[in-house]
Amino acid sequence: MTAAAWQSYNQGMIYLDNGATTPLSEQARSAMKPYLEDLYGNAMAVYRLGAQSRQAVEEARGKIAAVLGTKPEEVYFTSGGTESDNWAVEIAAAEAGGGHILLSAVEHPAVYNKCMAMKARGFTVELLPVDQEGQVSPEAAAAAIRPDTILLSVMTANNEVGTIQPISAIAAVAARENEKRRQAGTAQRLLLHTDAVQAVGHIPCTAASLGIDMLSASAHKFGGPKGAGFLYIRKGVPVHPLLIGGAQERSMRGGTHNVPGIVGMGAALAEAAAQMDAHMAREKALRDRLIDGLRAAVPGCRINGSLQDRLPGCCHVTMPGVPAESALFRLDRAGICASAGSACEAGAVRPSRTLLAMGQSEEEARCSLRLTLSYRNTEDEIEETVRTLAEIAASIRALQQEGK
Amino acid sequence: MKKVLVAMSGGVDSSVAACLLKEQGYETTGVTLKLFDNEDVGMSCEKSCCSLSDVEDARSVSFRLGIPYYVFDFSGDFRREVIDRFIEDYEDGRTPNPCIDCNRYIKFLKLFQRGREMQQDYVATGHYARVAYDRAAGRYLLKRALDPKKDQSYVLYNLTQEQLAHTLFPLGGMEKSETRAIAERFGLVNAEKRDSQDICFAPDGDYAGFIRRTTGRDYPPGDFVDQQGHVLGQHKGIIRYTIGQRKGLGLALPQPMYVMKKDLAKNQVVLGLDKDLFSRSLDVADFNWIACEVPRQPLRLMVKIRYSQKAYPARVIPTAADRVHVEFEAPQRAITAGQAAVMYDGDIVVGGGTIL
Repeated sequence: MTAAAWQSYNQGMIYLDNGATTPLSEQARSAMKPYLEDLYGNAMAVYRLGAQSRQAVEEARGKIAAVLGTKPEEVYFTSGGTESDNWAVEIAAAEAGGGHILLSAVEHPAVYNKCMAMKARGFTVELLPVDQEGQVSPEAAAAAIRPDTILLSVMTANNEVGTIQPISAIAAVAARENEKRRQAGTAQRLLLHTDAVQAVGHIPCTAASLGIDMLSASAHKFGGPKGAGFLYIRKGVPVHPLLIGGAQERSMRGGTHNVPGIVGMGAALAEAAAQMDAHMAREKALRDRLIDGLRAAVPGCRINGSLQDRLPGCCHVTMPGVPAESALFRLDRAGICASAGSACEAGAVRPSRTLLAMGQSEEEARCSLRLTLSYRNTEDEIEETVRTLAEIAASIRALQQEGK
Repeated sequence: MKKVLVAMSGGVDSSVAACLLKEQGYETTGVTLKLFDNEDVGMSCEKSCCSLSDVEDARSVSFRLGIPYYVFDFSGDFRREVIDRFIEDYEDGRTPNPCIDCNRYIKFLKLFQRGREMQQDYVATGHYARVAYDRAAGRYLLKRALDPKKDQSYVLYNLTQEQLAHTLFPLGGMEKSETRAIAERFGLVNAEKRDSQDICFAPDGDYAGFIRRTTGRDYPPGDFVDQQGHVLGQHKGIIRYTIGQRKGLGLALPQPMYVMKKDLAKNQVVLGLDKDLFSRSLDVADFNWIACEVPRQPLRLMVKIRYSQKAYPARVIPTAADRVHVEFEAPQRAITAGQAAVMYDGDIVVGGGTIL
């Protein structure tokens, strides 16, 4: 089938996987269009076509900085969340050359696997446990910090269960540690990084005011295009390049600017920030409707993650006895997009490391679904999803009773 | 439209099976089972049945056929139901056939259950075997494939009536050459790929190395002895040997000798002459009757005691609900505990079980 045929095939589909990616916002699309067409100049070129692209890139940087409350020169463009996360770890590592890396047990693979890979380079890597709701305790973080800890990486909001971390309290812990080191005359700073890929554009994220050293974000999670992201690096943190090449990004990130991507990201984030209160209120209402609906319609289901500190659009549910792979298939047949766990390289669903870290058994983790909605969803879609899931759960459980 | 979930390995057979089902008008969904992590079993990614390139092949075939495709992770189940049993069998001196356990516990149990949860009417595989319904007896029958060279009914003897009623083997009536011709006609990417032969998780044939790596245990050397107990040399760990084996013993003997028996208590491998390997009878446990209920009378059937061997005439005497005693007309060479004994009446699989 062609893409056009797929588009019509997908009519009426209910999209509840906004945590995986979001559709391009109207603002992003129209902002990008000229840069996909006539304004194709290389942003580093000296003639006007280049300067125009450069201007657009810098305007996007300005918009992003305004939303984050940072200086524009603290925003570095990347290819997305994974590059930003990897880069942040490398920045901490390059400055220290060795030492102790501390990260939460529920980090995204872009942080988690990157940090694990640092072991081979002689770094010590330690996981901060989370409680049953998936939250890191700032006290536990404080206790785990060692004199040689070079990096503390705690995500702003979890990509699976949607739990929001007490990031300002954690920032205060890092600040106290650095003050201690300063008084002791130690040169080695503790850098605090937060993967805010799920948070930026969805909940208020003001990196600068929190005292975070580095923050990662990805455009396609907030209505921007895929393949664009940024890393905020607080002024004063010594930057080392990850991708070495041309003089782009103050010579700190080589590679021709993804001009349409960057422009789209800027437009999408500005729009998301402008609408944030309205979107949050709407998503929260839809999400609570979904949670209440599932609780009433699916006996024994449990909502995972914190009920207070959670992303407004995230609903993560365990339905004991209902394997996620079967449920996802039937949801797909019914035209509903949802997700579970994370995909392995072959595309199979793996039990979520986050849920295991939160104390779920592998069996429970295998029976868990993530539904991430957005302000674009409707009440009717939520009702239909509840109905469909209730039906699926009842029928799969009946089969299992039969099988016993 | 009837719905079918077809297990696809990325190889020719299951690709053609999917293709035929689609052509026959089934609402077909392709699925590849991820059974283990290659790193876990200590092998490179290219060789095994669920390597990435095979998943990509299966995905690409599904895409060409226009059928939905999924990868299911059954590695935990595979570890428990197949690999652990495989290791336990070897450690206990038996020679298991893990393909039989994989069919029994994974494809026709876990995948079958998954298929039901997915509201599928059938599960299909690329096995060469046939399912028929016997009206008179009111039973589903498992039959040999039409092409005797390709027949795989031996590894499917555990199927129950319920499973047979919901199983399709689209290749059962085909010859391998036909399968390849269809693959080529439909331009399936892997038409040229060779058949898989070995145990998927130990594709280099070094199952002893696999067991050592997996368990982390050592299987200490011991004595090769003859039937009188005379020491003939040193063996390299009892799991390395199987009944009837001659090659790889590493002994220089005046006459060819074969593994007859493994004595776990003494950690000895008993060798004998070829003629000593023959015996006329065996006992079978964990027996699954397909073509009939447990018969009261002995039956005259053809009995096959290993995958790569013909069936031979025997008297089959039920001794309990799931046990039979088998008396061959002529002595059989190297009857091996842990292998399956499968009983045929013509093309029909009457039943089968594990040799004690």
